Amino acid sequence: MEQPILSIQNATKIFGGGFLSSSKPIVALDRFSLDVYESQSKIITIAGESGSGKTTLANMILGFTPCTEGKITFNGIDLNQMNGEQRSFYRQEVQAIFQDPYEVYNPFFRVAHIFDMITRHFKLARSKKEAQELIEEALNLVGMRGGEILEKYPHQLSGGQRQRVMVARAYMLRPKLIVADEPVSAVDASLRAMILDIMLRLRDTRHISFLYITHDLSTAYQISDLMYVLFQGTTVERGNTAKIIEDPRHPYVQELIDSIPVPNPKIKWNMNIKLPSEEVMRMKNTVGCRFYPRCPKRMDACTKAFPPMVKVSEEHEVACYLYQ
Amino acid sequence: MAANEKILEVLDLHVQYFTPRGAVKAANAVNLYVKAGEIVGLVGESGCGKTTVAMAILQMVQPPGRIVKGEIRINGHNIVNLSEAELRKVRWRELALIPQGAMNSLNPVLRIREQMGDAIQAHEAISARDLKARVLSLLNDVGLPERVYNMYPHELSGGMKQRVCIAMAVALNPAIIIADEPTSALDVVVQRVVAQTLLDVKKRLGVSMIMIGHDMGLQAQMVDRVAVMYAGNMVEVGPVESIFAQPLHPYTQLLIESIPSIRERKPLKVTEGLTHDLRNPPTGCCFQFRCPRVEPRCLQAQPAMIEAGPEHLVSCIHYQAR
Repeated sequence: MEQPILSIQNATKIFGGGFLSSSKPIVALDRFSLDVYESQSKIITIAGESGSGKTTLANMILGFTPCTEGKITFNGIDLNQMNGEQRSFYRQEVQAIFQDPYEVYNPFFRVAHIFDMITRHFKLARSKKEAQELIEEALNLVGMRGGEILEKYPHQLSGGQRQRVMVARAYMLRPKLIVADEPVSAVDASLRAMILDIMLRLRDTRHISFLYITHDLSTAYQISDLMYVLFQGTTVERGNTAKIIEDPRHPYVQELIDSIPVPNPKIKWNMNIKLPSEEVMRMKNTVGCRFYPRCPKRMDACTKAFPPMVKVSEEHEVACYLYQ
Repeated sequence: MAANEKILEVLDLHVQYFTPRGAVKAANAVNLYVKAGEIVGLVGESGCGKTTVAMAILQMVQPPGRIVKGEIRINGHNIVNLSEAELRKVRWRELALIPQGAMNSLNPVLRIREQMGDAIQAHEAISARDLKARVLSLLNDVGLPERVYNMYPHELSGGMKQRVCIAMAVALNPAIIIADEPTSALDVVVQRVVAQTLLDVKKRLGVSMIMIGHDMGLQAQMVDRVAVMYAGNMVEVGPVESIFAQPLHPYTQLLIESIPSIRERKPLKVTEGLTHDLRNPPTGCCFQFRCPRVEPRCLQAQPAMIEAGPEHLVSCIHYQAR
């Protein structure tokens, strides 16, 4: 059995609720598990609404914040126990792309600076010429040429160009995994396809896996292989992307898919959705199913304990008592 | 009021931003009208001039921008070149705005009752008791509970703040509401609730709306007519059914094809090409650099809007011969 390169085991993050704190602790992520294998590069979607814990998960994987419980290992080494050398290696193997391609740039430096910095830091090239070739190759992969952009300042690039430069930068380090946190939420429809297409190409030709963190199920459906749907920190449904989208089982996922506006004026929304009041929503059900206050099919059993993952078909699991 | 009456008319609107390196032509000869009780969607990519047109309608184009030419008529009266005092009467009463990221436009140190009350009192002499009743009924209109009246913005969720903004927009019974991306940055389920609130309010008050957005799915669900803009030009306007069933302009076709589908998996449609510099538009059609059907005759002049169907106008040379 192959060892996963990145393994997340029951990762839990709890904010607040410390010794001196009067507020109740908030469970941002509850027992999340995921394995990424080197031999099969995959695009794995982490989907959920705001507050579902998707960005907390990204921050934990990138080492910005430690797990409260559970662990994340890379090649078998716990992220929190890495020595300097291992950490540096990890930071080369796991790269990130963020939502806002405007904020990640330092406006005082030309675009070339980003590439110079990583070639120097990670000693990617022995000579200037070699470095230039590496940069050119990475830029070509995302459909750009060095001559066009390297001497420009970030504000002179369009949003799509900025995001593509970020992908090129990530690719230059030849990572095994790229954590893409909402990479296309801030770009236009026509550029969205271009960036998603680059992700697909990196997966297929360079064998890079992606953690595609998004709230947009339609793009996830178009490009991803596996999917994890989070709701208030808990995993409610996971498995093969097509199976989840085409046949959602969890009432939350069903509501989510039902709420995506259909681009066809002839098929109108069923306009009768009601959300419960804020108090009910905030009253976090920390024992049972988190979706209980909103669930149209709730039962008594749902409040007693968190529903375990049930396999409903090959590569398709759901955490709901309806399928016990 | 006749059903087909044009509440708002934008005629030959030109807006330019005068920068040191030349004028940015953000709106060129834009024509648009909104009928009573109608929602018109204004779509296009970022930087295409959607928000500029909206700001021009409200007479809120900020310097270095200026309306160079054109008329904006509300119920037949031109409001371009009105004085600031006269405009203040028009705004809110006739025209209301739900700004982009409206939920962040609330004043964090004022309670909801104060924010909403201020807007109403600025335009009407109203007693304290009536004011309270009015604010409460507005909150009720958008489906918010009474206790929101005494709350601060930070106590509300994004969707609730958005609904407060909708309530404020309808507070003075305006003839027309301009909603600039009213549901962006909301989760899909919340987006659906807010969209439902907007439609509900529209239906009950009979107000007309211009809804700016780039989510074509949402447009399909909400609007009656769609106006598509590209690089400062209106390229196609038509009833939502015919725009989706039969988009005519190559740019509209591209927009509709690039909607990611949740119904079927299909290869991504990748299009290359950048919009030209708006300071220096090319001669001819504005879409020439990205158009798959570009021909030499496209490079001569920006094609005129021609009627291709009932209320369906398109600015493309390929439909002129017919």
